[in-house]
Amino acid sequence: MATTAPIMEQAPDSAKIILGIETSCDETAAAVLRLENGVPEILGEVIASQFDDHKAYGGVVPEIAARAHADVCDSVVEETLKRAGVTVADIDAFAATSGPGLIGGVMVGMMTAKALAMSSGKPFIGVNHLEGHALSPRLSEPVEFPYLLLLVSGGHCQFIAVEGLGQYRRLGSTIDDAVGEAFDKTAKVLGLGFPGGPAVERRAKDGNPDAIKLPRPLLDRPGLDMSFAGLKTAVLREAQQMELTDQALCDIAASFQKTICEILTEKSRRAMQLVREEMNFAGEPGFVIAGGVGANQALRTSLTELASEEGFSFHAPPLKWCTDNGAMIAYAGAMRFISGQVSPLDLAARPRWPLDEASAETNPVFGGGKRGAKA
Amino acid sequence: MRQDPDIEISLVGEEATIDLGAKLALNLQAGDCISLIGDLGAGKTTLSRGLIQALLGADTEVPSPTYTIVQTYETAPAPIWHFDLYRIESPHELIELGFEDAEDDIMVIEWPENAGSLLPSQRLIVELIFTDNGRSARLTGTTPEWKQRLNDIFDRS
Repeated sequence: MATTAPIMEQAPDSAKIILGIETSCDETAAAVLRLENGVPEILGEVIASQFDDHKAYGGVVPEIAARAHADVCDSVVEETLKRAGVTVADIDAFAATSGPGLIGGVMVGMMTAKALAMSSGKPFIGVNHLEGHALSPRLSEPVEFPYLLLLVSGGHCQFIAVEGLGQYRRLGSTIDDAVGEAFDKTAKVLGLGFPGGPAVERRAKDGNPDAIKLPRPLLDRPGLDMSFAGLKTAVLREAQQMELTDQALCDIAASFQKTICEILTEKSRRAMQLVREEMNFAGEPGFVIAGGVGANQALRTSLTELASEEGFSFHAPPLKWCTDNGAMIAYAGAMRFISGQVSPLDLAARPRWPLDEASAETNPVFGGGKRGAKA
Repeated sequence: MRQDPDIEISLVGEEATIDLGAKLALNLQAGDCISLIGDLGAGKTTLSRGLIQALLGADTEVPSPTYTIVQTYETAPAPIWHFDLYRIESPHELIELGFEDAEDDIMVIEWPENAGSLLPSQRLIVELIFTDNGRSARLTGTTPEWKQRLNDIFDRS
């Protein structure tokens, strides 16, 4: 079973051990990954979520400040190495998210990885956070290139055609709120608590999904861009106009969830048709949903059915690798490492860094045909 | 209860909110600060988008900065820092985000309430409120200079 792009610089049996650090948003996370013959294995990982502290706030206030990352980053790395049963000396390269994200947090992770790289004389690899997500399905199963990725999280909502390592094409994205943000804010408007995704989903189970007609922004227009800001406003309007009984809350939640599912399913259908018609997606290509919103069961069911209708195989990484994590950074770092791509120690953090640009800048062979897209 | 704004504009439809952003954009200069007050869904990000796209073109992506807290844009008058302080718990966090560095550039701030005393005192306050037939924007300059500019922009003397 082929699992990766061709490996040219390394002997095929040369196992590599990579440390990956993720600090670009709310999580401080790290993982140690062993890559052998293209097959990744996570030896140890830690996600230092401070979720319990945040629940009380009823909002979304995690580790915004760089200091919060800085406070825990060293101990997260230490604990990760311990769980993996390795020492710094065993690590072949140190990868860290270099953007996009909150600059302070990104810098903490990068500085940690750079310091470890410098002191051990091993390479440092700056990883695009979105590339981590894009490659994450391959952590748990050998999904072959090319595949279509729908990344739906608190901060992102986009379709990406993943043609190979460093070969990403963004096909469409939200023009305003990310879909996870829409869930969170809708939950807040309805007083359902945080995080919004599970809260809305729980209520939706007991609600009538056809109770309320909500707008489906951009669905009537061609293309793969999406818009969710108006939905939140519409929910707010509905909520203001009715008595918010338990049943009403369930009905609104169910209607909201159904609307999101319909938008994402219809856009996914168009994305599948696009990659089939205009890109090199033949046979039964993979369709992957990643990001925290991928945990929503109604959405999963709807997209699974769609994938089957359109002749795509459906994949969803385990939830721990859907949300921000160190494993995906270690994996993307490892893939870059074995193809000879390491970063200079003075690499700067990039708050904004679209994935297609990651292709262009760090992988100049993009589109040049030097590296096969399919293994 | 509420102090009268310098100018109140009725906003019918999303386009009106975008247009208001565009109007405010054309007079921006380095050191300006616009604070956007309003409930969830009131149109703060929409107005910001109108403002930024008026300077950089309609193709410019202006995502909601809720999760990233700040997005920066290079524009001709000065860089724009588009803040969303929805997730900010304490003004101390803002110092680490470079909030004070942004004061020499252009700041557009959603959920300015969360900035506490770090919020620049010289600013344009835009309050977006829901009304019976849509939304309304209440504009107040905290300086004579801003009040004059509002008069110029909206042709009231």
